[in-house]
Amino acid sequence: MLTSSKLRIATIVAASLFGMAAQATDITGAGSSFVYPVLSKWSATYAEKTGNKLNYQSVGSGAGVAQIKEGTIDFGASDAPMKAEDLQQFGLGQFPVVVGGIVPVVNISGLEAGKLKLDGETLADIYLGKIKTWNDTKITALNPGLTLPNTKITVVHRSDGSGTSFNFTNYLSKVSNEWATQVKFGTAVEWPTGVGGKGNEGVSQYVRQIPGSIGYVEYAYAVKNKITYAQLKNASGAYVQPNAKTFAAAAATADWKNSKDFNLIMTNAPGAEAWPITATTWVIMYKKAKNASHAKVAFDFFKWSLENGQDQAASLDYVALPDTLVKQIEGYWSAEFKN
Amino acid sequence: MHASVNPTVSPARQAEAARNARDARNDRVFGWVLKSCALLVLVALLGAAASTLWGGSDAFGTFGWGFLTSDAWDPGNDRYGALVPVMGTVITALIALIIAVPISFGIALFLTEIAPSWLRGPVSSAIELLAGIPSIIYGMWGLFIFAPFVAAHVKPWLMNNFSDTPPDGQISWLVQHVPWIAKFFSSEYPFFGAGVLTAGMVLAIMIIPFISSVMREVFQTVPTRLKESAYALGSSTWEVVWDIVLPYTRSAVIGGVFLGLGRALGETMAVAFVLGNTFKFTPSILETGSSIASTIANQFGEAEGLQKSALMALAFLLFVVTFIVLLIARLMLRQLGNKEGR
Repeated sequence: MLTSSKLRIATIVAASLFGMAAQATDITGAGSSFVYPVLSKWSATYAEKTGNKLNYQSVGSGAGVAQIKEGTIDFGASDAPMKAEDLQQFGLGQFPVVVGGIVPVVNISGLEAGKLKLDGETLADIYLGKIKTWNDTKITALNPGLTLPNTKITVVHRSDGSGTSFNFTNYLSKVSNEWATQVKFGTAVEWPTGVGGKGNEGVSQYVRQIPGSIGYVEYAYAVKNKITYAQLKNASGAYVQPNAKTFAAAAATADWKNSKDFNLIMTNAPGAEAWPITATTWVIMYKKAKNASHAKVAFDFFKWSLENGQDQAASLDYVALPDTLVKQIEGYWSAEFKN
Repeated sequence: MHASVNPTVSPARQAEAARNARDARNDRVFGWVLKSCALLVLVALLGAAASTLWGGSDAFGTFGWGFLTSDAWDPGNDRYGALVPVMGTVITALIALIIAVPISFGIALFLTEIAPSWLRGPVSSAIELLAGIPSIIYGMWGLFIFAPFVAAHVKPWLMNNFSDTPPDGQISWLVQHVPWIAKFFSSEYPFFGAGVLTAGMVLAIMIIPFISSVMREVFQTVPTRLKESAYALGSSTWEVVWDIVLPYTRSAVIGGVFLGLGRALGETMAVAFVLGNTFKFTPSILETGSSIASTIANQFGEAEGLQKSALMALAFLLFVVTFIVLLIARLMLRQLGNKEGR
């Protein structure tokens, strides 16, 4: 009796497992947490259409790259591009999937969002601890119409290793020699001054709690939490507000054409309307797939997402890639990846 | 005499011998099972310690003993040191103990000696509930509610009384006459609640349930006869507690305290949210800092190369710190045992 009922349960379990496997292909990816919200939204809609599910572990870019190198997942996602020699060594290829903006946020009483103007050099000097108060002449010179208080500036940065920090520090090292030689850029650096909050949430909370503080978060966080963000002067000398239009402008004017394997960090993009701290996430896959059927589904998913996922990306304050870039990526797929 | 192969032995005897042999074999097997259960813990512990040491060997090799005394944590230039995280770990845990031990003692005594029986149930369950809350919840609560509270109420008072840069501008008598004290209460960010003291306080709340429930359990084991005798001789409640209950349960109480300390040393998420995560060496408890566990949680996901190795090395140091603490606990217990023997 007992054994027969056990057997029956085992049969049912086996049958249902087998049935699920037969129905749909589940692909797995891991890496960047920056891209996680938009990937999960895309994958939900994609699963409704095709039945193919995406299992994405938001474990951080470093872990994502490590896992794809070991071949335990179908794709990795990283906020920093992999170097050409690493890609070649492991037989990997990479392409960007979505664009987002990183914005400086401040806590100055009475200041409206988007009113404060900063340029790259000033921002770097603040983060180097060289500019100590809000009414420093370097800041007031950029903001002629604004009265700024004599409040001490408290710098807030990310305490965890993150793509947000990677792009932010990359921008600072492009605009400040001192930053480039002393601090350098990376997912985590030795911050010359300030306190560290964990995640976008930690940074935005710290900025809210400390009068006179400045931090940097993903645009979506600043919008959702209604934190005052600043304008930035871009590479062409114009002041721009952070929004979908200026993020898209940065993605469009960045020099993708001459980049090998899309190895290009978009910060300080040259366009007149480009937001200077714009970031993307790269998806990394094997050029010769270890599991061909999974890779096929993965490409189908990314093709569908890049071509049809714009609205969903926009609803989460990301920006879809411009059409020219999508064309270039699809060309890259057919040229480099063998299925 | 030769029981094993004697054909004249009765069947009952034979059955008994067989049963004895079976019992002996089963006992041996049971002994092995138990032994392997206990060994599994040892193997897991040694394996974890050895693999963190192996992972951290790159960092230990690169920096040598300097890894322990350097306050650098510079991923950009690949320079790492463990001084600030180790200090932060030890100091936050100590602050937590200083706050949690007296409070837990009070809770346990109240529940066993003073509380009316209808109150014991609800308060005990509340404490157990507190022990079950995941640490990320404490972290969020610390970040959103407790840190702003500290910034608004606790920190200004401490700085007014103990620091040389008080918000109210009047340097207190204490600071003027006691050298060094201001060093422990200075703060670069006076309006900011997160820091070493805040982390210690959050940790205290987290370990109170552990310490107090151990204390409550052992206080209940004190024979009523002993306590009633003391009361009959005219002792006050405090005298009964101090002279009867505490000596009777001393080693178990210390064990409970170290259980809490172990938890405080290894706590990760809650600390990562309220410690401020900076790598500047400072004696002040109002400044921000970092701990071993929070540093690993913050940076491990994105770390590569030497940075990853340095984080592994930190993990190994956490083993070492915990081991030293447990060693001290053992020594203290032995000391107490010797005293009682005399």
